[in-house]
Amino acid sequence: MSVSLSLTVNGKKVGADVDSRTLLVDYLRNELGLTGTHVGCDTGQCGACTVHLDGNAIKACTILAAQANGGNIVTIEGLAEPDGTMHPMQAAFKDCHGLQCGFCTPGMVMSAIDLVNRHPKASEQTIREELEGNMCRCTGYHNIVKAVQQGAAAMGK
Amino acid sequence: MGAPEQGVIGASVRRKEDYRFLTGSGQFTDDVNPPNHTHAVFLRSPHAHAKIRKIDTAKAKGMPGVVGIFTGADLEGVNGLPCGWLITGTDGKPMNEPPHPVLAQGKVRYVGDQVAIVIADTPNQAKDAAEAIEVDYEVLPAVVNCVDALKPGAPQIHDGAPGNKCYTWALGDKAAVDAAFAKAAHVSKLDIVNNRLIPNAIEPRAAVASFSRSDDSYTLYVSNQNPHVERLLMTAFVLGLPEHKVRVIAPDVGGGFGSKIYLYGEETAMVWASKRVNRPIKWAAERSESFLSDAHGRDHVTHVELALDKDAKFLAMRVHTTAAMGAYLSTFASCIPTILYATLLAGQYTTPVIYAEVTASFTNTAPVDAYRGAGRPEATYVVERIVHQAGVDLGIPQNEIRRRNFIRTFPYQTPVALVYDTGDYDQTLDEAMKMADVKAFPARQAEAAKRGKLRGIGYAAYIEACGIAPSAVAGALGARAGLFEAGEVRVHPTGSVTVFTGSHSHGQGHETTFAQVVASKLGIPFENVDIVHGDTGRVLFGMGTYGSRSLAVGGTAIVKALDKIIAKGKKIAAHLLEAAESDIEFKDGKFSVAGTDKSKTFGEIALTAYVPHNYPHDKLEPGLNEMAFYDPANFTFPAGTHICEVEIDPDTGVVGIVNFSACDDFGNIINPMIVEGQVHGGLTQGIGQALLENCVYDKDTGQLLTGSYMDYAMPRADDVPSFKVGTKVTPCTHNPLGAKGCGEAGAIGAPAALMNAVHDALSSAGVKYIDMPASPHRVWSAIQSAKRA
Repeated sequence: MSVSLSLTVNGKKVGADVDSRTLLVDYLRNELGLTGTHVGCDTGQCGACTVHLDGNAIKACTILAAQANGGNIVTIEGLAEPDGTMHPMQAAFKDCHGLQCGFCTPGMVMSAIDLVNRHPKASEQTIREELEGNMCRCTGYHNIVKAVQQGAAAMGK
Repeated sequence: MGAPEQGVIGASVRRKEDYRFLTGSGQFTDDVNPPNHTHAVFLRSPHAHAKIRKIDTAKAKGMPGVVGIFTGADLEGVNGLPCGWLITGTDGKPMNEPPHPVLAQGKVRYVGDQVAIVIADTPNQAKDAAEAIEVDYEVLPAVVNCVDALKPGAPQIHDGAPGNKCYTWALGDKAAVDAAFAKAAHVSKLDIVNNRLIPNAIEPRAAVASFSRSDDSYTLYVSNQNPHVERLLMTAFVLGLPEHKVRVIAPDVGGGFGSKIYLYGEETAMVWASKRVNRPIKWAAERSESFLSDAHGRDHVTHVELALDKDAKFLAMRVHTTAAMGAYLSTFASCIPTILYATLLAGQYTTPVIYAEVTASFTNTAPVDAYRGAGRPEATYVVERIVHQAGVDLGIPQNEIRRRNFIRTFPYQTPVALVYDTGDYDQTLDEAMKMADVKAFPARQAEAAKRGKLRGIGYAAYIEACGIAPSAVAGALGARAGLFEAGEVRVHPTGSVTVFTGSHSHGQGHETTFAQVVASKLGIPFENVDIVHGDTGRVLFGMGTYGSRSLAVGGTAIVKALDKIIAKGKKIAAHLLEAAESDIEFKDGKFSVAGTDKSKTFGEIALTAYVPHNYPHDKLEPGLNEMAFYDPANFTFPAGTHICEVEIDPDTGVVGIVNFSACDDFGNIINPMIVEGQVHGGLTQGIGQALLENCVYDKDTGQLLTGSYMDYAMPRADDVPSFKVGTKVTPCTHNPLGAKGCGEAGAIGAPAALMNAVHDALSSAGVKYIDMPASPHRVWSAIQSAKRA
């Protein structure tokens, strides 16, 4: 069975008929070619697939594309300015060396932005607890925490 | 070498690779989508040990979208996956090396063993078809523990490995060790389990294989740490394909930690099948497959004894280890608990004689191979736990017992084959103690005690051997590969540079660090240097990245190529400046005639090489492109001290890390920011092993009980503290960069430091011994048992 989708992704209206069992992450990656959203565990644990749906961070591997119908989605590809200037949180991750292999990074950045929107002036402990749903095997989180703090400040949060 | 303000060596330059990763434009294997590609799914064994009576694929082959289904029977004529290191046992015989089929042949030997490759138009169609394959299994008893596997009557896993033994191997002078023990004033003893770990790179393994009829060639994208090694093993040993007809590309790779060194059955079957179905085939492992089928790490059971004299000087050490190989020998499995383990048992100490005996056994589990540190964390854990125990037994402070035994003269020949070229172990211990504020620890411990909490402090003074070498010695010890590295420096006519390296970056930041080295050496802007890696079609050759070898070995190969560029540049400059070659100096990007103001820039020399109008054609070829292979003279020996302070809640058994300080000596450092990041990550993996991670198979059924992130506890942001990291430098003496390697140190030192702290904390509760991971349940149970005792 197929369903008809109509949604906004990174500011653009998109629509398609997809198999009803299509996960949002597969729709983004395979139909729209937005391969910056990654699949790390298929079970909602690792957070590599995190995107924003109507301003909230969600895990795109545990939601059907159909459930996002009508929604406004922002992926990692939608953060930078049109001229390529990175979002302050992206810039903070680079400046603080908050990434190594780069695979968890898109999800981590999307979670970080959501985190600081919800928790302005978050303490280190709050940041660590809020990042519980995003795994990184490379950085030991030390520099990710620094990046979130620096990114929050740059965002005026 | 240039000064840090030039943005080169020694500066924390921000990474070139970050923009693409931060904006979603990285290209990982699963992002590669060739036109008309198919999808593969692997049917895996649900049993730990079973005979395959029959496989019926007829129904599955008729399912919608199915393009091809192949089983082990279809692959007859294809060889098994090779093991890259031949260990010779104490009996003088080669290790037992049973076949490791690409797809199961007649029998399955672990849960997750590949039985069939199913290829269809979509992943879901392939999954549906895989479910429709009927396999008639005769289930056999299984054994999952490496010690149990060696017991009489254990289920026999391979015909070619009687008693499930791969080898018994030994290193050191047994008679001298026995004699030293006979006159010891004190002997400390421990039984130690080094828990099995699942690597869990966040990018699951993936591959895309294509065949081209037009030139009979194959292209394989694969998430791998050493594409040239992958190609060599696959073509020459398994598929019998001409090497030049196979291009292997390891694009952006989302972490490896060892698990992506190896040649696996999946991508091998895909390359083979890509010709049969004549369409590209894509496979990306689901996480549950990664848990089942990635090569695991560690899994040792060890008895260690340390003999000391009356002054607590170490007289001798005796080690017996049983190590799991898993169901089959993975690419480097055999050398991990031998060559990379027993040789490290001297640690930082002058122990004059050491004897280590290692028995490796087959088990009905996923294969075991190198995982971050590979043998060296296991050795460090043995050495530093028994040293801690000796300190406790003799009532000597932990820093003091270490100092009494430190090696202080270099080069130092250990009794277990290695020659340490340089180090200063007092320096890293002193600094780590300052960072950890050890002086005030008793006050902190007393304060915690008032709150009913148990505080402990633990040390690990580790050593590791990186950049395994030289090839000739490794070959004599059984290596079936060389251990050099290759580098090529291509200077373009306008003076910008592309470097092709055989090292592979999967998080290490080589595109930045290597560019810093090149920019420094050539005196050109960092922005004018790009690094290419991970593609056998572009890079001459390479042995890849593992064992913290990239800068020390791969970086040195680049430096050797740069030396050739500069030497040729001097010849060109001598011609242009009408001077003797011996009078030309190269500094800060300029070739000058010594003692004059006559000079040519690097860019002018590059242009002359490619526009050779005024050129010494009688002596020199045009162009400016040089290659170098570098085979190191020795390992490098990073070392350091890690100190961990924990606070344990005796009511819950929860271990909290209050402070973790690491002072490491990695030799010269190119980019401190990247080095610190490597240490943070390594420490977290080490802490993961000590507190959280544990791979568990059901002992009767052989089912993997920790096959998801709900069951296997990965370190998350709130499980670890912010770290204090520092470095001291004794440059490596035998490579021009003076670099030693930093990738694994954290994972090597952390488990012992943390567990020594846990034991220190628990000593006041009467607990003598606890194995990793020190989970709340284990700690609480140990406290309760001690109360009852």
